[in-house]
Amino acid sequence: MKVSLNWIKAYISVDLKPSVISEKLTMAGLEVEAVEEKYDYLDHVVVAKVLEVKPHPNSGKLSVCRVDVGSDQELQIVCGAPNVRKGMLSPCALEGAMLPGELKIKAGKLRGEISQGMLCSAAELQLDSDASGIMDLEEDYKPGTPLNEAMKLSDTVFEVSLTPNRPDCLSVIGIAREIGAFAEPHQKLNLPLFSFPEDKIGKESIHAHARVEILDPDLCPRYSAGLLFDVKIKPSPFWLKERLETVGLSSINNVVDITNFVMMETGQPLHAFDFDNVAKGKIIVRRAGADTEFKTLDSKTHTLQPDMLMICDGERPVALAGVMGGENSEITDSTTRVLIESACFNPISIRKTAKITGIATDASHRFERGVDPDGTMNALKRAVSLMAELCDATIAEGYIDANPEKYVPTEIELNAQALNIRLGTDFDADSIKWILESVEFNVEIINNTKLIVGVPSFRVDVTRPEDLSEEVARLWGYDNIRTSYPLVPAEGRRLSPKVSLRKKIRQILTGFSLSEAINYNFIHENSCDRLNLAEDDKKRNVETILNPISDQMSVLRSSMIPGLLETMKKNISQQTSGVRIFEIGKTFHATRKGALPEENEMVSGLLTGNRSEQTWYSKKAEIDFYDLKGVIEGFFEAFLIPGLVFERIEDQSSPYYQKGYAAFVRSGDVLIGSFGKIDSRVLKNFGLKQDAFVFDFDFNAIQVLLPDSVTARLLPKFPSISRDISIIVNRAITVGAVLKQMEIFSGNEPLIEKIFLFDAFEGAPLSEGKKSLSFRIIYRSEKKTLKEKNIQKIHETISRMLLNEFDAYLPELL
Amino acid sequence: MQNTIVGIEIEALESIEQACDSVALEQISIRYLGRKGALTGFLRNISSLPEDERPDAGQNANILKVRLEKAIQAKQVEIEAEVDKDFQGIDITLPGRFTRRGSLHPITQVAGEISDIFLRLGFDIAESPEVETDYYNFEALNIPKYHPARDMQDTFYVSENIVLRTHTSPSQPRVMEKTKPPVRIISPGKVFRCDSDITHTPMFHQVEGLMVDKNISFGDLKGILTTFVHQFFDTQTALRFRPSFFPFTEPSAEVDICCVMCRGAGCRICSKTGWLEVLGSGMVHPAVFENVGYDTTQYTGFAFGMGVERLAMLKYGIDDIRKFFENDIRFLRQF
Repeated sequence: MKVSLNWIKAYISVDLKPSVISEKLTMAGLEVEAVEEKYDYLDHVVVAKVLEVKPHPNSGKLSVCRVDVGSDQELQIVCGAPNVRKGMLSPCALEGAMLPGELKIKAGKLRGEISQGMLCSAAELQLDSDASGIMDLEEDYKPGTPLNEAMKLSDTVFEVSLTPNRPDCLSVIGIAREIGAFAEPHQKLNLPLFSFPEDKIGKESIHAHARVEILDPDLCPRYSAGLLFDVKIKPSPFWLKERLETVGLSSINNVVDITNFVMMETGQPLHAFDFDNVAKGKIIVRRAGADTEFKTLDSKTHTLQPDMLMICDGERPVALAGVMGGENSEITDSTTRVLIESACFNPISIRKTAKITGIATDASHRFERGVDPDGTMNALKRAVSLMAELCDATIAEGYIDANPEKYVPTEIELNAQALNIRLGTDFDADSIKWILESVEFNVEIINNTKLIVGVPSFRVDVTRPEDLSEEVARLWGYDNIRTSYPLVPAEGRRLSPKVSLRKKIRQILTGFSLSEAINYNFIHENSCDRLNLAEDDKKRNVETILNPISDQMSVLRSSMIPGLLETMKKNISQQTSGVRIFEIGKTFHATRKGALPEENEMVSGLLTGNRSEQTWYSKKAEIDFYDLKGVIEGFFEAFLIPGLVFERIEDQSSPYYQKGYAAFVRSGDVLIGSFGKIDSRVLKNFGLKQDAFVFDFDFNAIQVLLPDSVTARLLPKFPSISRDISIIVNRAITVGAVLKQMEIFSGNEPLIEKIFLFDAFEGAPLSEGKKSLSFRIIYRSEKKTLKEKNIQKIHETISRMLLNEFDAYLPELL
Repeated sequence: MQNTIVGIEIEALESIEQACDSVALEQISIRYLGRKGALTGFLRNISSLPEDERPDAGQNANILKVRLEKAIQAKQVEIEAEVDKDFQGIDITLPGRFTRRGSLHPITQVAGEISDIFLRLGFDIAESPEVETDYYNFEALNIPKYHPARDMQDTFYVSENIVLRTHTSPSQPRVMEKTKPPVRIISPGKVFRCDSDITHTPMFHQVEGLMVDKNISFGDLKGILTTFVHQFFDTQTALRFRPSFFPFTEPSAEVDICCVMCRGAGCRICSKTGWLEVLGSGMVHPAVFENVGYDTTQYTGFAFGMGVERLAMLKYGIDDIRKFFENDIRFLRQF
């Protein structure tokens, strides 16, 4: 909210500098976001003395003047004002000035005569509405004096960002009250007085013309109204326009301006009806019910909900209560009778209406947050008195004050000790009283620790003792509360296993040169289609966001893969073709309607691009399946997960992998996840061409499989010896199958420590359909240094077993 | 015989001095100290000397042996130095076989740093779901339906009562429902708001904190958060606590730190105010305690929350929050 210092000064005398006020408001919880000097636009406008006035040679209306602006050189200025005369003092905008309406002053020629500035009217400088001629400064100012200095023009506009709990400060008086609390001693507000001159009060009573009925008192506890006759609609006086413009409201006409002015002053929104358009002189406050449409005064038609609170006349709705008036009853230039509404509405009801209709007004903003339940009459009288004065109106005698739900003042029993524990302070009852009274709380001290606090009606946010502790703390100053440290037992708990595991996963994968990515939890609504998922795939059970930012982010991800592929795409578009990334995050699967989705934590990653670049020591080579598999083997080895099995994916569960290029990873009966090469059609769906290799593991499965503890093994004392076996087998025989046989064999053979493949070869000189596999077997005894004779038999047996089992033969020695 | 020893010495030292490479020096060594060398021969012949000359002759010969060995060694060093003077070695400017480490996302790093500070202060880590019920995200935190405070956070809905959590605060009631006081937790995680521009992404990260016990005060809140700021930034960083409003705390405070870019002088980053808002905090509202069944006459507590991206942006000088989620490898590798 914008508020002007001069306006504030109408209610409180304050001689603090604007910067101090700004700082103190901020530190009292009313954050000042911007401070503007209102008359900054008068920079380069100075007092000028007209030394000579000559007719313009080329224009009958213009004059050519010589003026003294305090500098050595006199200026020549062309002026069109009829009242310009020799010897007068007038404001002069010099070159470089920027006047209201973006009018930039430049030196130039006007009809052939040089003009080095502009003599200004009051309207041009927004100091008054008078545009009939240039300002005639009567006082004895010195030429060259800046105009704002000479005229003592100064005002500061504070832009205050208010939290939703402080509707009382959505008014100039509210903010003035807070400023009064800064002063020592505290300053009391001078509230505006109403004057109702005898001659303005008519003979006729409001009750003879108007009636108010509240049918839904739960939504409208109070509705006050005043009536004016013989209203003259005209522009507002300058001071009123100026007040409104300073706080960012534009002037409409005197009646509307007065309702806005009183709202800004008191925080109570008002509405003015053209009473001639209020059928039967009746105001009925009720829910919309059967009414379905309503046209607001901005000419927009809104669909009504039966629950919306409407202000109706004897026949139809005339306003969306607390939000906006209707076109059918708005003030026009021909209005002569005005009914002013000053009401109190249920905040929730107003908020619903404003949300549903999409209208946000200054009035709804205040009603949603809660207006002073006891403030309707005060604001009404203020508006009525102003209308009598500024609209030449006659006031109907009396007011209507329908008030089915009476306001009950809030009283709070405050325990000083509890307050001090909460804040870490040691206020006594007197200090608390002194602080709370600075913002008009009514405090009665019962004893040292017990106080009874009467909450002023405008503080709808204060309902319990803790609220008062905040009042005390903020008015005392948070920075004045002693900083302390809680005393707690030095007990500690184990770090959650999930947190430690995530840390370790990150350590290992970054060690494998994968960088961590964080993708959004939301993905494109067509992501499941782009992954080629089957119609009945579980991953299609996505949660859809009802109000997404865009289609790109409209469903919660049920798979990490779309995000990884999008990241790959973004990087490739930035000419980074090598991407090695991983992500730890959740996927979501819809469950029952209205229930929380299942959240699964995943560890996933993607490799694409080159394994090695063209360098002095390597040739360029693309990443393939075995690069990914190597990372995965290293990853699981780091976690000491036992019995890891890679199992070729034969089913349709992961159609985003290229057939034959993907595997499940299991340990025992726990499925950890899968990895493989992304299918080329899926790549295409994501706008990619380059091969991509992806892994997708279930975080919880890894956690379940982690060994409880790690026990160190004894290192061998005796040296090992190694022997190789090369066999030639049919191409279809997998390395895994051969290794498995060898492992079964070695299970009974304690001298075999380890078996691994060290070479695999296909092609000439081998015949078509054959491949050669070479294994190394490491033999070791725990008891002695092995000799050839110790292993010869074993080695022969295993060789023979392989030849038989796989229909293999030995390579011919070349 | 003395003359002979002297003769050997003069001759040997002279040839050592003149030796020009290791090979020559090695030959000299053999010529005098080798098995068939002159000095060795002399020593072997000592027994043929008159008995009274033997001790002196032996001693002198041994002294000479040591002297020659030292002289040879010194010359060897000299020769090697001479050789090294011209030795080129390998071209160490040739690039190495580079091994690139992967990098942790800056958000992970900063969230980890924040967590570590609070872990050292005895806080535990508690996590809660990213998709929440309206109850935990709002109602339990004293934000009823149609409360204007709901405007403070633009919410993503997946159904009428299920939302993407707008803050990590739901962890507060979730933890308190399951735990009796004292409670000391932090809760890091992703949060979601319907907002997207240079300073807002629809997803970002927060770290929530909660401490509940007897006699916990606003002063303690100031103490813990001051400690945090001093550890995360540095002990010179000034803080101010400014009254604010959160429905689930009373009193509520925003914590501003003295701008880390301009040290309070006023710059673009702090919008010329000299201060940066980094934390929201306050004393837990009694309504929140009532919702989880805590006795408000016995217990008080404080809660706080901070945006991880905000802190990461300050720490690394990043000016566009969207960078965190573009996952440009060139960006990620910097951290």
